Amino acid sequence: MIVRILGEGQRTIEESALDGLNALDNELIAAVEAGDEDKFSTALSALLNRVREIGSPLPDDEIVPSDLVLPSPDASLDEVRELLGDEGLIPG
Amino acid sequence: MSMGRRLALIFKAKANKVLDKHEDPRETLDYSYEKQLELLTKVRRGVADVATSRKRLEIQMQQLQASGDKLQSQAQQAVSAGRDDLAREALTRRSAVNQQLADLQTQHSQLQAEEEKLTTASQRLQAKVDSFRTRKETIKATYTAAEAQTKIGEAMSGISEEMGDVGLAMQRAEDKTQQMQARASAVDELIASGALDDASQPLGGRDDIQRELDSIGANNDVELELAKLKGSLPAGQQTQALPGGAQGAQQQAQPAAEENQQ
Repeated sequence: MIVRILGEGQRTIEESALDGLNALDNELIAAVEAGDEDKFSTALSALLNRVREIGSPLPDDEIVPSDLVLPSPDASLDEVRELLGDEGLIPG
Repeated sequence: MSMGRRLALIFKAKANKVLDKHEDPRETLDYSYEKQLELLTKVRRGVADVATSRKRLEIQMQQLQASGDKLQSQAQQAVSAGRDDLAREALTRRSAVNQQLADLQTQHSQLQAEEEKLTTASQRLQAKVDSFRTRKETIKATYTAAEAQTKIGEAMSGISEEMGDVGLAMQRAEDKTQQMQARASAVDELIASGALDDASQPLGGRDDIQRELDSIGANNDVELELAKLKGSLPAGQQTQALPGGAQGAQQQAQPAAEENQQ
């Protein structure tokens, strides 16, 4: 599957790696919902590091939509919330 | 739902909006390609803007560095002239200058990182735009309405996402650059107001520490000249001519006078 880290481009990761990523993702969601900036940045960098570790970069000339899109490493909680709130996907 | 999927959906929704705009999907391809070229131009301009801001910061950093060096040497001069008060003043100002310098250094590295990211993004976008153009022409050449819908949909989602990503990066870089420019103007104003002594000023201009140091130096010069003059006067005239003369000159002149009398 294809994962994009905003500002860094896309990577291909094995479908089987998804379970491991989900655990990290749950922490990230919890941090966003709790509005906890510290936990958010810890969870975000843990998730991004894992994706960078297991994913291989997609060639620049390939054009495919991503299955997952992750915030950029220096994104703040407010920015992410704004991004999601744009389309009303996160209530509140 | 996972964070990543929520974000991915946002990009898909945006791509669909673009797709719905035109009745013939081929028009969507051309429209999108135009937008891509526009974005590419904007990103390149963005890279240039960030570079300009970075260079401006570099010039300010050099000015501040020179200013700090000058204050340091003024402090040394003041100490050797026995003026601790002046030295303290110079060191206080130097520490303010160093503080500013440290701030600018942090911002400089942030800006540099932003510039690198944007450069990479623009290279990636360029490659994708080239690839999109090829794909667009292929789709148009072999166009059958049924097949085209899916192919165009795929290409559009992929490129829209890329454009969305690069667009965000651009916005971020623009915000940072604007902050930096405001900050740079503030430092320029500080330098202009003389609050941060600008080392590019002519020596002594607006610089009270330098003025005092110069006057100490000038006083010393006067004393030295005086001593020299006294030393060169013919003996015998000395005590008469300069009854309250400088001590140093008298000490020097005394043995010579005694020698003459003998």
